[in-house]
Amino acid sequence: MWTEDQIRRYSRHIVLKEVGGRGQRKLLDSSVLIVGAGGLGSPVALYLGAAGVGRIGIVDFDQVDLSNLQRQILHTSCDVGRPKVESAVERLAMLNPDVKVIPHAEPLSSANALALLSQYDLVVNGSDNFPTRYLVNDACVFSNKPLVDGSILRFEGHVTVFLPGRGCYRCLFPAPPPPGLMPNCQEAGVLGVLCGVIGSLQGLEALKLLLGIGEPLAGRLLWIDGLSLEIRSLKVRRDPSCPVCGDRPTVTELIDYENFCGLPPEAPLS
Amino acid sequence: MDEELDLHGEICPYTFVKSKLALEEMATGQILRVVVDNPSSAENVPRSLRNEGHEVLGVSQIAQREWAIIVKKAPDRR
Repeated sequence: MWTEDQIRRYSRHIVLKEVGGRGQRKLLDSSVLIVGAGGLGSPVALYLGAAGVGRIGIVDFDQVDLSNLQRQILHTSCDVGRPKVESAVERLAMLNPDVKVIPHAEPLSSANALALLSQYDLVVNGSDNFPTRYLVNDACVFSNKPLVDGSILRFEGHVTVFLPGRGCYRCLFPAPPPPGLMPNCQEAGVLGVLCGVIGSLQGLEALKLLLGIGEPLAGRLLWIDGLSLEIRSLKVRRDPSCPVCGDRPTVTELIDYENFCGLPPEAPLS
Repeated sequence: MDEELDLHGEICPYTFVKSKLALEEMATGQILRVVVDNPSSAENVPRSLRNEGHEVLGVSQIAQREWAIIVKKAPDRR
């Protein structure tokens, strides 16, 4: 049931008491949807792929741009102009033949989000824009999927985990800010390596959830300032008046905020 | 003896990894006999198996370069 190659490839997992052959088998039998093949999605995809998560879906409709390569380590100079999911599939195939990578080269929207999510055990959010962040959050609430959330900007980042029934992104921020209020990476910049810091933490949380070990980063939001390397763990809790996961929800279906707010339709995932 | 594992030609950490995988497939209380062909595995495998909670019933040199490790499977974790 284990090939010699698998025994060698996963030996450092198998020797761990908390993982073992059983845990490794769980990973091989599990599936994760990564939203965005950009700065955060890159380390998440690489580490989950290396770990042997058996099925990895990657949703991104963007192409690799030269300006991405400073932080999006899935892609190389040769990939500029190619669809990000294409170079992601290729890179992960080279990394680990045990992993089936499913490219979803389409914008995530209210029309496809629930169907997409239903094919996976958990969701890792590596999106860089508010419409997608809210869409992913609401879709996870509606489909009872654990969500490993992360974001980065300039020298700062955050990571947190939302488990079904135990709060969501809207408990903290009930509605998206008006378009143009918050800067994105394109405008504000980001120190590339920060994607590795936050993305790797998201990968860690995803593996813990799949394995069922440790304490998930649920009910806590880890905020990291790269310049001071000050790390704060903020307590967060489910808000009974949350518009989507509260006791009397007002958001009962998915919303495409880009249309709603009149944001440019290309708002790319990165 | 319930299972036997011949690990000739295998070195650390794979001697332990393969012993551990074999034990995972066995029932609590069953006995596994592991044969290794190098002294460091004869030393490391029993230590690692004990560390996992299994009971090492004995380690003996059975030939010039051959050691037998007898281990009793512990109850599964969780």
